[in-house]
Amino acid sequence: MITLEQVEYKYNEGTPMETEALHEVSLEIRDGEFIGLIGHTGSGKSTLIQHLNGLVRATGGDILYNGESIYREGFSMKKLRNKVGLVFQYPEHQLFEIDVFTDVCFGPKNQGLSREETEARAKKALSLVGIGESYYKKSPFELSGGEKRRVAIAGVLAMEPEVLILDEPTAGLDPKGRDEILGQLARLHKERRMTVILVSHSMEDVAKYVDRIMVMNHGRLVFDDTPRAVFAHYKELEEMGLAAPQVTYIAHALKEAGFPMNTDVITVEEAEEAILCTLAMGEG
Amino acid sequence: MMRDITLGQYYPVQSPVHKLDPRTKLFGTLVLIIALFVADNVFCYGAAAVFLFGIIAASKVPVGHILRGLKPVLFLLLFSAAFNLFLTPGEELTHFWIFTITKEGLFRAGLMAVRLIFLVMGTSLLTFTTTPNQLTDGLERSLRFLNVLHVPVHEIAMIMSIALRFIPILVEETDKIMKAQMARGADFETGGLIKKARAMIPLLVPLFISAFRRASDLALAMEARCYHGGEGRTKMKPLKYRTADRLAYLILLAFPTSVVLLRVFL
Amino acid sequence: MGIIKAKNLIYNYIRRDEEEKVEEISEAVKDVSLDIEEGEFVAVLGHNGSGKSTLAKHMNALLLPSEGTIWIGGMDTKNDESLLEVRRLAGMVFQNPDNQIIASVVEEDVGFGPENMGVPTDEIWRRVDECLKAVGMTAYRQSSPDRLSGGQKQRVAIAGVMAMEPRCIVLDEPTAMLDPNGRREVIRTVRELNKKKGITVILITHYMEEVIHADRIYVMDEGEIAMEGTPEEIFSRVDELKALRLDVPQVTELAYGLRNKGVPLSPCILDIEGLVRELIEIRRQRTAP
Repeated sequence: MITLEQVEYKYNEGTPMETEALHEVSLEIRDGEFIGLIGHTGSGKSTLIQHLNGLVRATGGDILYNGESIYREGFSMKKLRNKVGLVFQYPEHQLFEIDVFTDVCFGPKNQGLSREETEARAKKALSLVGIGESYYKKSPFELSGGEKRRVAIAGVLAMEPEVLILDEPTAGLDPKGRDEILGQLARLHKERRMTVILVSHSMEDVAKYVDRIMVMNHGRLVFDDTPRAVFAHYKELEEMGLAAPQVTYIAHALKEAGFPMNTDVITVEEAEEAILCTLAMGEG
Repeated sequence: MMRDITLGQYYPVQSPVHKLDPRTKLFGTLVLIIALFVADNVFCYGAAAVFLFGIIAASKVPVGHILRGLKPVLFLLLFSAAFNLFLTPGEELTHFWIFTITKEGLFRAGLMAVRLIFLVMGTSLLTFTTTPNQLTDGLERSLRFLNVLHVPVHEIAMIMSIALRFIPILVEETDKIMKAQMARGADFETGGLIKKARAMIPLLVPLFISAFRRASDLALAMEARCYHGGEGRTKMKPLKYRTADRLAYLILLAFPTSVVLLRVFL
Repeated sequence: MGIIKAKNLIYNYIRRDEEEKVEEISEAVKDVSLDIEEGEFVAVLGHNGSGKSTLAKHMNALLLPSEGTIWIGGMDTKNDESLLEVRRLAGMVFQNPDNQIIASVVEEDVGFGPENMGVPTDEIWRRVDECLKAVGMTAYRQSSPDRLSGGQKQRVAIAGVMAMEPRCIVLDEPTAMLDPNGRREVIRTVRELNKKKGITVILITHYMEEVIHADRIYVMDEGEIAMEGTPEEIFSRVDELKALRLDVPQVTELAYGLRNKGVPLSPCILDIEGLVRELIEIRRQRTAP
């Protein structure tokens, strides 16, 4: 469990160029949750996630990992980074080894694991992202964009973190590549009870997979609720330069036009069901 | 960390010096450098001081800001001053252990320090008052005579301006890759020299790959926009001398003349 | 002949080993023929690796066909003499906004193309002013590109191409690296250029919601043109699109699902208004006594 208490972060603190990137952010991430973190570029969401594994140090407030302050003297940031895995945006840009397998071994090797353990983990991680053995000895730079992305994610998974944070893991991928990665994440969450935090711009993706959404705006946490409850604020989301999934708009447009239906639908399937229900009522 | 490189960055204010043609300023800097090496007595340095501080005043760049630029060269400054202080033979003033301080040494050390300080202040004034683009433009134009010797002046200037454009991008990228590898347990801080050097591999390999990818993307983008070398190119902002530049050249010529005169007659 | 015409275009990527021997040949574009009229807004869709970017690079003579021919404004791109004219005629905007801005000041970047073409100084300024205005970036003309958002950088890149006064602009996944706001900005700008200035637009993308306003869509797969038609025609073939690793906007998907469940909607609904109108009508008929 990760707890943030009034976390603040200021760039260039104490200079005239001081800018506040995070303002009194308090939240709790419980084990086994699948969370979507949303906000437009510059809203502070990337800064926030870098706090969670200690890459950026808060200028105010406290962060607790399982009840223990990560800023306490003697707290090992290295251990924290083993528990909280962070996949950056365009993670394929960090690949550097001569082959796929060695690259995925980098993380576990840094954890000081034995060779056997390291390799076992790398194999497991690669199979989790659907990269088969025929790829192991290939250079990472020969792979397609989507494959590279999955290898890079495996590089973090191989460290077997308890919490996995991904900063826009589907950026630049085509729809199929996007669905593959999101599907694999959903499976990881379901089968291995891994806590997953997904940073995304796409409400459609988030609505389909997560059970909780946090919305950041101007360095503040403005919403923290179920997708349904958050998307009910679709007008406020728009003011922040965000938007609800298109189906939410369809439902509201239908209702306004005099088509009685439930407006809190967030996926295509739900909308379909609600519309069919209204039409059936009409006949009855 | 690496974002703090501010040495010689353009200081955006409106001033007569900022408005000068970059060629004038390049020439001025050259004059100052030569004059400082020719100067060998107090009067020459006095003339240099008048010249330098006159320009600083006209440039509206705060003196404090310019002095801050001296920090990185402080070590060099102390080293060369000490070198002159202890190793110049002459009339002994005092001595302790193996060191002897002479009158000449003290004098030379002082002059050397002033020379270096003026040099750094003068050159950083150039970069404070001239944007990188103007600077490369100015260099390209001033060095055009080297074309005769088949030196690819335009290409070199183009490389310089592209480098200036991409330095901030690569600095940011370095920071990002470093963090990404730290998230995978990389350790860039502890260990001896060899361990640290080895730890740089996961940073440097992706950085080089990224730089190459950017370079090839950029080459393609430039080609797509009809870039085909310097031949037949026109300029959006061609360099043009104005009255202020002519005036500046007069001052620039008067200054070394006075230094030479001071050196010869005093 | 249209502004861009390709006939049986084939492009092979050839990989060689250290001794320059051919190791592998992969056909990135196989036998593509197309004809694009001046003033059209054409979208090329396709998943990553479908050959759409390779095709795009032929429209600017950045790549030359292995076989077949492509003509830009009637000029064969294989003809060396017309190379610069081809590039001027068909400007190109790329995916990565950082890697196509050359100058450190916005206005100087817009002037880069005209400078290369040897346009006189006064005329460069006129074009820079006009193009920055056209993409709504005049307020940032003195800025450093590093201070702009992704969408703004792409608009600068578009202005840079416009300053060469092309008749057609080819955008190779210009929105792939942008956030939703940036994506909207860029698409709005491109549509305006097409509408107001009559510039032919070839938009390459895998975001379906960006192409609903196109006049015509080509869908590429495995280096071939798999589908061609108006947005209405293309979007009514949801199953085929999904098989080609593509996606449809939620409104289209919803309409498609409803149709499959027996709701008598028309086969090509592209926007919310269309869906609402039809559903209201269907309900009115059903509830009518």
